[in-house]
Amino acid sequence: MAERLIKSMTLNFGPQHPAAHGVLRLVLEMDGEVIERADPHIGMLHRGTEKLIEYKTYLQALPYFDRLDYTAPLNQEHPFLLAVEKLLGIEVPPRAQYIRVLYCEIGRILNHLLNIATYALDIGAMTPLLWAFEEREKLMEFYERVSGARMHTAYFRAGGVHQDLPAGLLEDIARFCETLPQLIDDVETLLTDNRIFRQRSVDIGAVSLEDALDWGFSGPMLRASGAPWDLRKAQPYECYEDLEFDIPVGKNGDCFDRYLVRIEEMRQSIRIMRQCIERMPDGPVMTQDHKVTPPRRAEMKRSMEALIHHFKLYTEGFHVPAGETYTAVETPKGEFAVYLVADGTNKPYRCKIRPPAFAHLSAMDFMCRGHMLADSVAILGSLDIVFGEVDR
Amino acid sequence: MGMIHRGLRSLLLSELLTGMSLTLRYFFRPKVTLNYPYEKGPLSPRFRGEHALRRYPNGEERCIACKLCEAICPAQAITIEAEPRADGSRRTTRYDIDMTKCIYCGFCEEACPVDAIVEGPNFEFATETREELYYNKEKLLANGDRWEAEIAQNLTADAPYR
Repeated sequence: MAERLIKSMTLNFGPQHPAAHGVLRLVLEMDGEVIERADPHIGMLHRGTEKLIEYKTYLQALPYFDRLDYTAPLNQEHPFLLAVEKLLGIEVPPRAQYIRVLYCEIGRILNHLLNIATYALDIGAMTPLLWAFEEREKLMEFYERVSGARMHTAYFRAGGVHQDLPAGLLEDIARFCETLPQLIDDVETLLTDNRIFRQRSVDIGAVSLEDALDWGFSGPMLRASGAPWDLRKAQPYECYEDLEFDIPVGKNGDCFDRYLVRIEEMRQSIRIMRQCIERMPDGPVMTQDHKVTPPRRAEMKRSMEALIHHFKLYTEGFHVPAGETYTAVETPKGEFAVYLVADGTNKPYRCKIRPPAFAHLSAMDFMCRGHMLADSVAILGSLDIVFGEVDR
Repeated sequence: MGMIHRGLRSLLLSELLTGMSLTLRYFFRPKVTLNYPYEKGPLSPRFRGEHALRRYPNGEERCIACKLCEAICPAQAITIEAEPRADGSRRTTRYDIDMTKCIYCGFCEEACPVDAIVEGPNFEFATETREELYYNKEKLLANGDRWEAEIAQNLTADAPYR
């Protein structure tokens, strides 16, 4: 039989593909139905966030962070403000710390619900999506009640949070914490033992611990591979030290383990939220240093000094002493960090954003190689990427 | 024993049937969807929707052209020009908000020292052309007149927290 040379076929996946989770373009080199090379083309959602921040005051830079990972907006604001607070050397009052942690955990549940639901949808289960979006709507209502916006909240501020929790909100969140575990159980009933779900996810995109570390994985991606690494435990920030929670760890590092880790993280988040609600201290939600935080409105309308502070803060903003800091927090997707260089003026000199999903996406080629085309969708879904933060 | 048990469960499609019965139970639960244009979800007093310029009860416009909102706006969506009026008071001659640029962060409302510019409870202001979203002073004041009752109520409700 004559020898024939078969050229591998190049296949474009996305950017307009419902399973591409936004605007990812994957150029796949296929040998039949097996992927030989996966080349992610990114940058279609590039908005120049980092450069824009250099031209904004610290307060004006804040809303940009909501728009990075729009599935859990408050978690992205957090590291920026922690960095600013570190450079300013100010303390956040305990009540503000607890509110921040409470809302970060709500963000974690928001993110994991979306990820698990869309991941299940990608590999054939539609029902969890409908259930999860119902719960997400309730959670976003909590966001709306506290900040006035469902997603782009701009609620955390340097020195605390913008406004105190309205009356009755904590009780409603506590009631929600009672009902959510039932939904997680129901989602698990549909997915965890389901043979179709298992066939599509067990041993797909398995990453060993060494590889996970080499590729710079963090968050559930790293924990699914077996490393009990969580910045909330490893270098506690805010009040995480006082809270009790466990870190779920996977064994095989495949898509199924990542799903299990995320499910368990949601349960742990509920545990943290319950503790926050129980221990919520009284007191101010902002530092009283009016060189950084604006005075209260009633005071601003009566006192000349407060009015001057108000005008200064809303035109010039506060000045941050020269220095640099790398501040990382555990967002739902992994280690999200801000490298902030301040030069003593009212604007950041440089603000480098380190998104976890970028590192995860760069391992796409490594994880897809040798898998079938349909598995690339499963791998992509379990990576948990959002293009807001990959492209910035 | 475990093997047989598992094999039997697998053969009888037990996990698929459990899942389907669960879905069927959800089928009979009360509906959570809203019949949108006729039913709407609740909004908190802090909701940040369409902008409005407010007036004092005597009909005088509140805005004193201090330009704090223009200065704080991260998207630079607000443009203000001002000069003294015939009676000597300082008022805006031009107050434009480009609603296509606005990111609804609420900083203008926070910055305003006289509660003139507010983000009201209206979120249904979609238009067919972009031009209609370039709001000028007349449009904003008209919004204020239209929504004043709700806005005043919301500001009173939220006053203890501001």
